[in-house]
This record gives sequence, structure tokens and C-alpha cells, in this order.
Amino acid sequence: MAGSTAWLEGLAGAPVPSRRLEDWRFTDLTALAAIHPKLAMAPDPLAGVTLPAGVSRLSSEAVEALLGRALHANHSEQHWLVQLNQGIQPAVVGLGVSGAAQPLELICDAGEAEGLVPWRILLVLEEGASLELLQVQRSSGANATTVITEVLLGAGSELRLGSLGLGDRQACLLTHLAVEQAPGSTLALTSASAGWALSRFEPRVVQSHGAAHTQMRSLQWVDDQQCADTHSAIRFDGPGGTLDQLHKAVADGAARSVFNGAISVPRAAQQTEASQLSRSLLLSDRARIDTKPQLEIVADDVRCAHGATVSRLQQDELFYLQSRGIAAAQASRLLLRGFCDEVLRGLPAAAATWRPLERLLGADTQLSPDPEQPAAPLGKV
Amino acid sequence: MIRPDAPILLEIQGLHASVDEQPILNGVNLTIRAGEIHAVMGRNGSGKSTLSKVLAGHPAYTVTAGSVRYQDVNLLELEPEQRARIGLFLGFQYPVEIPGVSNLEFLRVATNARRQERGDDELDTFAFEDLVRERLNVVQMDPAFLERSVNQGFSGGEKKRNEILQMALLEPLVAILDETDSGLDIDALRIVASGVNQLAGPHTATLLITHYQRLLDLITPDFVHVMAAGRILRSGGKELALELERTGYDWVDAELARQPVEVP
Ligand SMILES: Nc1ncnc2c1ncn2[C@@H]1O[C@H](COP(=O)(O)OP(=O)(O)O)[C@@H](O)[C@H]1O
Ligand SMILES: [Mg+2]
Repeated sequence: MAGSTAWLEGLAGAPVPSRRLEDWRFTDLTALAAIHPKLAMAPDPLAGVTLPAGVSRLSSEAVEALLGRALHANHSEQHWLVQLNQGIQPAVVGLGVSGAAQPLELICDAGEAEGLVPWRILLVLEEGASLELLQVQRSSGANATTVITEVLLGAGSELRLGSLGLGDRQACLLTHLAVEQAPGSTLALTSASAGWALSRFEPRVVQSHGAAHTQMRSLQWVDDQQCADTHSAIRFDGPGGTLDQLHKAVADGAARSVFNGAISVPRAAQQTEASQLSRSLLLSDRARIDTKPQLEIVADDVRCAHGATVSRLQQDELFYLQSRGIAAAQASRLLLRGFCDEVLRGLPAAAATWRPLERLLGADTQLSPDPEQPAAPLGKV
Repeated sequence: MIRPDAPILLEIQGLHASVDEQPILNGVNLTIRAGEIHAVMGRNGSGKSTLSKVLAGHPAYTVTAGSVRYQDVNLLELEPEQRARIGLFLGFQYPVEIPGVSNLEFLRVATNARRQERGDDELDTFAFEDLVRERLNVVQMDPAFLERSVNQGFSGGEKKRNEILQMALLEPLVAILDETDSGLDIDALRIVASGVNQLAGPHTATLLITHYQRLLDLITPDFVHVMAAGRILRSGGKELALELERTGYDWVDAELARQPVEVP
């Protein structure tokens, strides 16, 4: 490794995960070791933001009482990403939601800072509350972002959560999301990331008494030497819960994409309905995709389905488009856009201003001859 | 319409093609002039779809000998998209489903690629909507199909109508329709046939690949060809199709034995 990770071990109070560990087998931390060994100031994501009606800052007593609860419920404490972030003890952004709140956007922008930039977010939706939240993680330099987001969803509450990670080719993104869902609550999570040298995303959800609805849509795009790794874990601790999970990956260049999807259905979770689908596209011979479902199903009266596909752009689809006069390069982009759009269209409306498709695909995604101001493709700027 | 002095649009000579080293076309000869309607018939596996895909430029097939002239260009040198832009159209036997790509946008991009080649203005979204609504009438297709992904979840008949809609938008010079009639009920067949008849004219040509006389009752061919073992074994007028309807293809094997495959 170019640099050292000893300072990270000091912060986390635990050794940096070795690739001998099953959960880190495919994930190369070289990019993390190259980060300048210092802590950087994390800009306040609420600076200059007027909180919409229905959303307020949690009191310090409330933060004190509730912080760590979702992590605990998800057995997250011993995860290295959590140990690292907790070792730094960043200021907590605590938000409470009651009633039907207006949409909110939280931007964690590491900018050109050097070093490690930590954020910690706690979001509490009261019974029956609803919110659409877009979290954006951005970087434009050689830094590592660590974010822990804890979410407590009260009975019958609804959260549409978008997580958009727009990286830099020297930057790392380490995100851990822990959600505890009460019965009758709904979580619709849509995440998309691209452009990071290394990104590790750990969404974990527990339906503490079952009977809740979880939908997860995610897309990770890697190119060059990048590595993106999603380790998701969903547990049903009561009957009648549902999960609808779709994970997509696009791997180009010599990049690596990892997906590990754990679903746990213990005996108490009868009548659970869970489905998990992983669909990956390989755009180059040198890219690698490792995808693994991890189902632990003990309850017997459940419906659980899972599937995984890794494919290339379909020659017959490309030829069909070409046979209608559409040039090969444009036809590929059209197919890729269709592939990504299935996930991206689930992002909150506020994501549109970040032009995620254009960033993924480069110019001309509208396929019109005159795309207005195409955004620079990530990783190529 | 046969006019011996009409310009030649497509001239196929001694065409051999293979897939994975396996020869499939074994010396196809066929000349098509403006105004003509040709029908190619033959048993399953005789190479009809392969001929159509080789003409359209499918990358799975390698041309090992022979030539194809389209008007005054060497068709085999062109990329598939270029062939389409200069007016060659293939109606697929099995139209491909493309999830996530809107049919309307696909049709617009394709139409504009062809228009650009012809020196016409590109159509913006609004102008294109007007055009597509007008052309939908040719195939009596529900506009709801424009909003869906290309061919996704379409029934067999709907896919074939979508093919003819594309043909109506692209206004090809040479249209090759590969079993566009298969799987259609009689009403859909009438609609598709009337679409083809509306689009055929003195300056264009049509190559129909079909198994059935019932399509040829609605679209009268000037020439009928019988394909077997990757070449054209017999050619004749529309009466050849009627004869095939009576006699079937049993004579083909004896005929093949008498006409050995020419090695290029
Ligand atoms: N892409 C391909 N790969 C392998 N074999 C093929 C391919 N395309 C066609 N063939 C073979 O070539 C022969 C002719 O097929 P095809 O052109 O589809 O016939 P038809 O359309 O007359 O039914 C068949 O034996 C078929 O299996
Ligand atoms: Mg066929």
C-alpha cells in the first residue's frame, strides 16, 4: 500500500479490515491508505438550509436518548465503518419529523478537503409522519467521507430516502445506514453512486416487529480502477413484513463491483415476503463483478425469492437499434440509460438538479442532437 | 409491378455466409428492381432469416463470398446503422424487447437518423408526435404503445404492428419483412398487409419472407422464390406460391440432390 492505515486503526480502535475477512474479501482498501492522515472539518449540511414545515432539529436530550439505537437494533456496532465514525465522534445532525413534511435535501460535500471527513446523522420519524429526503455525498478531491445515518421510523410512518454519491477519482466514500422500522412503516430507499475510487455502502434495516414495508433500489457504476461495494442486511424480527430489493451494477474498465445481500427471516417472521434481485452489466473484459445473496430463512411460512444475473450489453438489442439507423455508440448509451433509469427514477425529485444520468453516461443521454449543457462524465474530468 | 427497365435496387450475387464457421447461406442470387414485390418461401431452417440478417448487417454472420449491391453502393461494407439510413429496412421475425427505452423516443431517434441522411430537417418532439400519430393510422395501433418500452410486454401481433409502424416512419427503399404475418390473426394480417401495400410504390421494393399463401392473397408478389439449404432453388411468378400450397416442399430434397452446392 502507498500510505498507511495505522492512523485509521487508532481512530477506530480496531484494525483495518483484512481481505481475509469474508465481508471484505473483494474490497481493496489501497485508495483509503492513500488519503492524507488527518481529520478534516465536515461542513454542516444544514448551514443555510431552512428546514421545511414538519421537520425540526432534535433537542440534545433527544439525541442523547436515541443515538445508537438503530445501530444497536441492526447489530452494527462491531462494523468497522461504524467503529471508525464513532471513534471520531462527529457532531450529530439530529432531525425529527412529524406529520407530512415537505421534501428535504442534506448535502455532505467533502469538496477538495484533504483527509477524512466525518458526518453523523440521526433522523426520527414520529408515528404517521412522512418525509422525502435526498442525501447527497460529494467529493472533488483526495479525501475520504465517512457518514453514519441512523433512522428510526415510527409506526405507520413513510420515508422516501434517496442517497446520491457523486465522487472523485481519488476519493473514498464509507457510508453506513441503519434503519429501525416499526410496524406499518414504509421505507423506500434509492441509492446511486459513481465516480469514487472506493465506495463501501452498508445499508441495514431491521423490521423490529415485522409488518413493515422495505423497498431498496440501488445502482453502482464503476470504471477504471474503481471499486464499489454494497453490503446490505435486512432482518425481520416479526411476522408479515415485505422486502422488495433490486441491486444494479455497471462495471467498466478494470473496475470491481461487489454486492452482498443478506436477508434474515428468523422463526418469528412468519408470512414474510421478500425478494432480492441483483442485475449487473459488464462493459469490459477486465472488470469484475462479485455478487452474492445471503439468505437465512428459518421461518417456514414465507415467500422469499432471489436471483442474480451478470451480463453484457445484449448484441441483439444493440443490433435492433442499429438496424433502425442508430449508431452503435448511441445505441449502447441508450441501453445503458434504460438499465440505470430503472433505479434512478426512484430518486427524490430534488436529485434531478444533480443530473445523475448525465454524470453516469456522459453527454448525449437525451439522444437528441443538441443536449443542453451536458455534464462532465464522472472520473473523466 | 414489373418494369424490366426499372433501376436495380438490390443485387445479390453468389452470397455465402456462415456463423461460427458453419455455412448457412450457400450462394444466394437475387435481383430486385424498383417497383417489385418478391416473396421468399421455404421450409424452416432453409436460411431465410439468415439472408435477411446478413443484408441488414448482423454481426453474428460472416460473409465468406459473394457480393450485394444496393443501388450503387457495396452494401456489405456498411455498418448496420448506415444501411438503415440509406433506406434498407428489416422487419424482424422476432422483434427485440428493450426494457427501459421508450418506444416513442426510439422511433423519433430512428426517424431523425433517416431524415438526416435524406437531407430533411430533424423533427423535434412536437413535430414528431404529429407525424407518429398520423402513421399510427397505417397500422391502427393504440397510441398507448408509444409510452411503453420498446416491444416490452407487447403481444406477438403488437410487435409486428410496431415493426410496420417503424417502416411507415422510416420510408425505406427496400423493405425486407421476415415472417411479419406469422402469429397474426386474420384482422391483424389485413391491417399489416394494407400497411405494406400503402407503403409500396414504383420507386421502392419489398421482399416478403413468408410461409403462407394467405399473406400473398393480400399482397400480390411479382416473383416467388423457394429457398432451400441456403440458396434459391426455384423462382417463378405468383403461381409458384399457389403450386407450393398444393404440393408442399417434398420435391425440394430431390431437387437439392440434383443441384450440388457450388463451393465458392
Ligand atoms: N446465430 C446463429 N447461430 C447458430 N446457428 C444459426 C444462427 N442463425 C441461423 N442458424 C442456423 O442456420 C439455419 C438457417 O436458419 P434461419 O435463417 O433462421 O432459417 P429460416 O429463417 O429459413 O427458418 C438453421 O439451421 C439455424 O439453426
Ligand atoms: Mg426465419
